[in-house]
Amino acid sequence: MLTALLVMTGIALLLGAGLGFASIKFKVEGDPLVDKIDAILPQTQCGQCGFPGCRPYANAIAGGEAEINQCPPGGEEGIRKLADLLGREFKPLSEEHGVEKPKSVAVIDEATCIGCTLCIQACPVDAIVGAAKQMHTIIAADCTGCELCLAPCPVDCIAMEPIAETVDTWKWRYPVFQIKQAA
Amino acid sequence: MLRKLFKFHGGVKPQTNKERSTTAPIAPVPLPDRLVIPLHQSVGGHPRPLVQPGDRVFKGQRIGAADGNLSSAVHASTSGIVRDVLPAVMPHTSGLTTLSVVIEPDGEDRWGELERINVRAATPDELRDYLRDAGVVGLGGAVFPSHLKLKPGKEGRLDTLVINGAECEPFITCDDMLMRERAADMLKGISAMRHMLQAREVLIGIEDNKPEALAAVQAAITASGEQGIEALSIPTRYPAGGAKQLIRVLTGIEVPHGRRSTDFGVQCFNVGTAYSIHDALEHGRPLLSRVVTVAGNVDTPRNYDVLIGTPMDHVVRLAGAHPDTDRYIMGGPMMGVRMPAFDVPVVKATNCILVGSPALFPPPPPEMPCIRCGECAKACPADLAPFEMYWFSRAKNFGKTQEYHLFDCIECGCCSFVCPSHIPLVDYFRFSKSEIWAREREKEAADTARERFEFKNLRQEREKQEKAEKLAAKAAATREKVAGEAAPPGATPTAAKPTGGDAKRALIEAAMEKARQQKAQIAPKNTDASTPGVQAEMAAIDARRAALEQPTEPPPPAGQA
Repeated sequence: MLTALLVMTGIALLLGAGLGFASIKFKVEGDPLVDKIDAILPQTQCGQCGFPGCRPYANAIAGGEAEINQCPPGGEEGIRKLADLLGREFKPLSEEHGVEKPKSVAVIDEATCIGCTLCIQACPVDAIVGAAKQMHTIIAADCTGCELCLAPCPVDCIAMEPIAETVDTWKWRYPVFQIKQAA
Repeated sequence: MLRKLFKFHGGVKPQTNKERSTTAPIAPVPLPDRLVIPLHQSVGGHPRPLVQPGDRVFKGQRIGAADGNLSSAVHASTSGIVRDVLPAVMPHTSGLTTLSVVIEPDGEDRWGELERINVRAATPDELRDYLRDAGVVGLGGAVFPSHLKLKPGKEGRLDTLVINGAECEPFITCDDMLMRERAADMLKGISAMRHMLQAREVLIGIEDNKPEALAAVQAAITASGEQGIEALSIPTRYPAGGAKQLIRVLTGIEVPHGRRSTDFGVQCFNVGTAYSIHDALEHGRPLLSRVVTVAGNVDTPRNYDVLIGTPMDHVVRLAGAHPDTDRYIMGGPMMGVRMPAFDVPVVKATNCILVGSPALFPPPPPEMPCIRCGECAKACPADLAPFEMYWFSRAKNFGKTQEYHLFDCIECGCCSFVCPSHIPLVDYFRFSKSEIWAREREKEAADTARERFEFKNLRQEREKQEKAEKLAAKAAATREKVAGEAAPPGATPTAAKPTGGDAKRALIEAAMEKARQQKAQIAPKNTDASTPGVQAEMAAIDARRAALEQPTEPPPPAGQA
């Protein structure tokens, strides 16, 4: 009886020590779920979800504080991916957070720009070049189309232009399946 | 010596339809009214335009400079006036536009000054740069810049140079006619390539339905007396002209997934490319024209030597298109793509203009469900399982399609050809491929945006901190200064250091004193140029103001004034 007790206690202590060691040695920094959610989000950093950037929104989703349908740039596909990842039910995009729009870039009307630098401060990805009282312009390749520069502009010289399709970005259409004729 | 040939898996034997277009020699094409030369004609970067509307250009003048190393230059195909540099519809299924140079020929067809190169004296790097600037690209259809393929592997030499004269696609005979008529020049181009690649041997693969071409090439080899070059007849089976399939047939090497043929000491070029390399190196002529087969719904199918930029309907008119023509297909019936318009220009990739009509190419029967019969897998020359890839493509499960090696698919069309359910399998694969590419681009953009966003936050944090530090340092410096002034001379600094409320008061006093001094120093500067009378008046006013500001002082006695 005593031997059995000692053996069991010994095993318990040993395993406890092992687990304790593992929890220190293999500690995971940060929440890996947040990284996975962040990878799905489009990184527009537009704040339409109500959070200051994609990562804070990912944090909120992971913490259960936000719904998965608050990201208009991610669109329906993004919501589906999030629903898959989190095992939640798919929901249509919440209307109060905006609507899905075609991908656009901001364009500054350089003749109207007065060089106030307000848009430069608003740009979340530093995609606007310019200095005080100098003309500003947008680095189209780095613009995420978040529209955050539109509101601060005092002369309304920034417009959103949808990105035109080029031969490099053109996609083959999904083949049409002629069900009626086949039946 | 009888060489052992190998077999590739799968393949089909469609009706070849090549006889009619090989009865007449390659014909020249009269100059069209205008040439539209797209600047982006090869794989890789978009060349920059070098000309402006109104410029006069000569034949062979460079009008587009290669953008980076993975790109190829573009030239004016004839002499004339540049009418426009604008986006024009390109020969691509999408019907999208690309920046093009519109040239109105002057009819003189006058050559400009050609850049020559001494092939024997030039280094391989110089030759490659020269070929890039001569716009030489693969003419088999993939239009990959040739100079990038003319690099021997890590060992500095190549084992086998494979020259592709198989031309397996139905209707197309441009390589056949080129070999029949220009075998000697083509062979010189092959020799130059062999020299650049340091290849041990050269194998020219020609399908056995082209005995005349084979005979011509063999005669040219005998005449040149060069050793280690062999022209071989290979069995006619589509797609024997695929690079990997031809390498398999000629050398027995099967290039595995994710590897290149150069890893195995083999490189493959088209016969047309060999001819244009000869033209560039020997005569200094850039790639300005190519042999194009016009076949299908026409009176006299034939091959034409067409200037790049010639509108397709201009060429087709010569062959006499039938009135029920409803489409042009660039390429053959298996891999070709439908053109968005009849007047799109001939480009370096145009090996064939297949004229179509509803009678010649009736619409495909409706797609029926896949019964998983496996015919497509039997026919696939790339050893893939098309029925699996089809299933996942249809479900838009792109990750799975890649697991089945979707990107090894050469889009040859064998699977669609044999499918008893008439499923357009290749359409599904093309759809999947472009979706995957689009997703990759989006992911890349998102990663860049994330990085830039994080960097901006970091930068703002850092700037805030720096500002706070700067302010703190400045405040400390002022405090020190005030303390130094407040301390009586000779007193120790520690004793003089004011504390708490005293320090604050001292700071405020110092600031007020400074402001007072600044105010006193300010003098109006717009009075320097005033006349003496005005200045005297101003002095009197200042004196009165000073007197008013000090009312405590007794006014001067009137008697003294």
